[in-house]
Amino acid sequence: MTRRRLRGRLTPYWLALPGWLWLLIFFVIPTLVMLSLSTQSGSIETGFRQTFDVANYSQTWSQFHVQFIRSIVYGLIATVLCLTIGYPVAYWIAFRGGARKSSLLFLILLPFFVSFVIRTQSWNFILADNGLLLTPLKSGHLVPQDFHILATSTAVVGGLAYNFLPFMILPVYVALERIDPALLEASADLYASRTAAFLRVVFPLSLPGVFAGVLLTFVPAASDYVNASILGGAKTTMIGNIIQTEYFTNLEYNKAAALSFILMAALLIGVFAYARALGTEDVFEVAAG
Amino acid sequence: MSAVLDRPVQAPQRTRHPRRWRGWLLPTWSWLVIGWLCLPIFVMILFGFNNTQGKFNIKWQGFTLQWYRQLFTIPDLTNALEASLSIAVIVTVIATILGTLLGMALGRYKFRGIGSVNLLLFANIAAPEVVLGASLLSLFLTVGIPRGYWTIVIAQVMFSIAYVAVTVRARMAALDPALEEAARDLGANGVATFFRVTLPLLMPGVMAGALLTFALSIDDYIITSFNAGQTVTFPLWVYGASRNGVPPQVNVMGTLIFGFGVLLAVAGAAINRRRQA
Amino acid sequence: MKSNEPDRPTPDLVRGLLQPRLSRRSALQVGGLGALASALAACGVSGGGGNNAAPTNASQSKSQSKAAQSFWDQQKKTGHLDFANWPLYIDVNPKNKNDHPSIDLFEKQTGIHVNYQEVIQENDSFFGKIQPELSAGQSTGYDLMVITNGLYLDKLKALGYLIALDQKRMTNFYKYASPLVKNPSYDPGNRFTMAWQSGITGIGYDPKRVGHKITSWADLQDPKLKGKIGMFGDTQDMPNSALLAIGVKPETSTVADWKKAVTWLKKQQPLVRKYYDQNYIDPLSKGDIWVSMAWSGDIYQANASGANLKFVVPKEGGVLWTDNMCIPKYAKHPLDALTYMDFVYQPKIAAMLAEYINYITPVSSAQQAIKQDAQKAKGSDKADLQLLATSPLIFPSRSDFGRLHRYRVLTASEESVWNGLFEPIYQS
Repeated sequence: MTRRRLRGRLTPYWLALPGWLWLLIFFVIPTLVMLSLSTQSGSIETGFRQTFDVANYSQTWSQFHVQFIRSIVYGLIATVLCLTIGYPVAYWIAFRGGARKSSLLFLILLPFFVSFVIRTQSWNFILADNGLLLTPLKSGHLVPQDFHILATSTAVVGGLAYNFLPFMILPVYVALERIDPALLEASADLYASRTAAFLRVVFPLSLPGVFAGVLLTFVPAASDYVNASILGGAKTTMIGNIIQTEYFTNLEYNKAAALSFILMAALLIGVFAYARALGTEDVFEVAAG
Repeated sequence: MSAVLDRPVQAPQRTRHPRRWRGWLLPTWSWLVIGWLCLPIFVMILFGFNNTQGKFNIKWQGFTLQWYRQLFTIPDLTNALEASLSIAVIVTVIATILGTLLGMALGRYKFRGIGSVNLLLFANIAAPEVVLGASLLSLFLTVGIPRGYWTIVIAQVMFSIAYVAVTVRARMAALDPALEEAARDLGANGVATFFRVTLPLLMPGVMAGALLTFALSIDDYIITSFNAGQTVTFPLWVYGASRNGVPPQVNVMGTLIFGFGVLLAVAGAAINRRRQA
Repeated sequence: MKSNEPDRPTPDLVRGLLQPRLSRRSALQVGGLGALASALAACGVSGGGGNNAAPTNASQSKSQSKAAQSFWDQQKKTGHLDFANWPLYIDVNPKNKNDHPSIDLFEKQTGIHVNYQEVIQENDSFFGKIQPELSAGQSTGYDLMVITNGLYLDKLKALGYLIALDQKRMTNFYKYASPLVKNPSYDPGNRFTMAWQSGITGIGYDPKRVGHKITSWADLQDPKLKGKIGMFGDTQDMPNSALLAIGVKPETSTVADWKKAVTWLKKQQPLVRKYYDQNYIDPLSKGDIWVSMAWSGDIYQANASGANLKFVVPKEGGVLWTDNMCIPKYAKHPLDALTYMDFVYQPKIAAMLAEYINYITPVSSAQQAIKQDAQKAKGSDKADLQLLATSPLIFPSRSDFGRLHRYRVLTASEESVWNGLFEPIYQS
């Protein structure tokens, strides 16, 4: 009997152990290793030695703060775009979707069945200077002949917004869909206008979804480099591109690690502060869908 | 995502007659957005049928099925697809098992350290991909582990566990413990209870987690590229090929994966619906 | 001064040796740093600096080659070869893109199966890929790879990651290789490398879209071409070309010259659409960019598949580079690799490759072979081959070489100044 009770008490630990170990070894420890690497000095030829040198941080920051800030700004713009584009869609599906709700959501999810890289590549193709979009516009003289979208920040931010839009629509939809229809009726009776009803009842109730959506959109958008390298140009380099280049081209692992750590710290601290301020459980729950 | 799929479809609910402009503005906008989301997919599918002559698949040059016939004529691309598929299967199996166990622990029990495990999952999901990839690479570089097929598996399991765990946890938390108690009262031992009662009830969550993992694995570029070494997966190959012009076979493979995925999802939804009905 | 295994210093040892005492570049000037490092390792003395080490190196080279010889004596043909090359860098069967006639011929003659992989996109990223394996003492999975002279070939040599070649098994090479690639400055005595192809970095453009002739690097600063100009995003071709643009010979350029080149590049920056790695040719063919820094052979190949582009060596000069075949350490099939390396130096094979690749062939007598092929061919093929055989870009004349320059060789301290100046241009 006692054995069984003990086993019962240990059960959650046994269940959690394998997954927890995997995350410990391949997520927590690597983060610490990266932190250590970021304070080492040396080069690929000489090897890297631990010197607790924080110069990597100050150096990379002074060298790359422009790209860092640009990434945050691109991420923010893309997130705001996703919210303004996606909220009405989520609203429409949640309240007007009727029997088609599942099908409509399925359409929103459709891009996930195509590889991220192919989708982005497809935009490169559509937006090309003599591509599907611009050729008709140019032959109709609606835009100047040398007009281009590719290799501009518009293309990169557009690509980011496109790729992460479903991450905004879904949580917002989930939050909206949870709202009790009776509440809507009551609010419609209480408030004179629909706008007021929306602003005072619906929107506040959808906030957890909005917050989750912002989280799920902003973090990947700000740290992405695929959009910038496929759709971007001379002045659209993002911090992800720099980290990638430092690791694979310049082989300056210590600097790359420092940059990664700055990015992670900035985003995670932001995210946790944000989650704490709004109540972790809500954000987490909705984020998890 | 799973919650979305699980949720039964509710009956249409009209509260009030919308004003006229709202009547068409909202649906028009939504359909435009849906069109925008689907445009690149449409272009991908269309140009898999393009009778392109030169190296560049840019202009529409007539309909052909030749790329479907010549689907496997680029050995490197075929290898990449095979690698992607086999990696996805392995990752799905490992991550689903580990994630399900973890999700069960979190969804049912209160135990010491539960908060930190939840935090760990949250951090794992919230951390930027490039950092996940870079930190794992830092580990492999420091320890001197050559990167390749198995480091990709390790990396992908690492970012998938949390998704499965969270999905299963939600399902587990919603599960009525009385059902298991009833089974035990009827004389079933722990193992039997698990396999005959708990697991079947958890199955929708587990399946959703597994599907999500498979999709994430086959699609992942960033984390995989950091830990791939010489192994080339499908997205990696496509990314490399974009430098020299993407061959139409990529469109075809993309189309087939897309079609297969859609089919699977539709079938899954239909089964779900029937079960609920 | 004896060593059991002079050819195989452990990476850690090399690292340890190189760390405080020797700057890697000063050591490099001696040539064959692997030899130096192993010499030092064998003696157990601390290196006294690059210059002092020179005689040691010379006296050591004998035992070095002896060890290399015994290494090669132990090797046997395995019948398999893993070959890592760049994309579109070999002949293809017009009917089947994945069939390479020259490789078929090699397989038939030698019975060695070639696993040909187009996995090298850039020197740097490829180095980044294989470095962890090599430093862990493991095979990279390749027996033969093609690396451009410059930074990364130097790194590979410096770290002792290349297998010294068996000079006795290079008969075709010594018989047919053109003077351009024999005993090159970056690999004295061809200890580690044999040239695959050479090429020129110049300007490629679309004459129809640009509307006039491009003749000078200054054309890449034409405000009328704003947003249609492509540049390379690297620390070799871009800086060296910029030096030529301001009228400076890269080989002998000074820090002051570099700063002027940076000014030139910064002035150009607002006009540049993008700093490309190897992916400029797709947008150039599609018309996303109209003019770009380019590699000679790329333009020929793009034209062969339907584009209509032109390549020019600007009047200020172009950059000449050489891609080299070499065998990475721990290769599993080194003899098969060496057999292949020498095989491609037969004029007939070199011609087969040149006819497709359109870069500068390392075998000058391939010109004769192509001319013979041209005589046999008919129709448009004949015209193509004749054009090829007389093309100054495939077989440059002596006077052409006057306008071509090699990369600036950098010491370690120079390299960090150089990178600090030029990296921000394309990482913007």
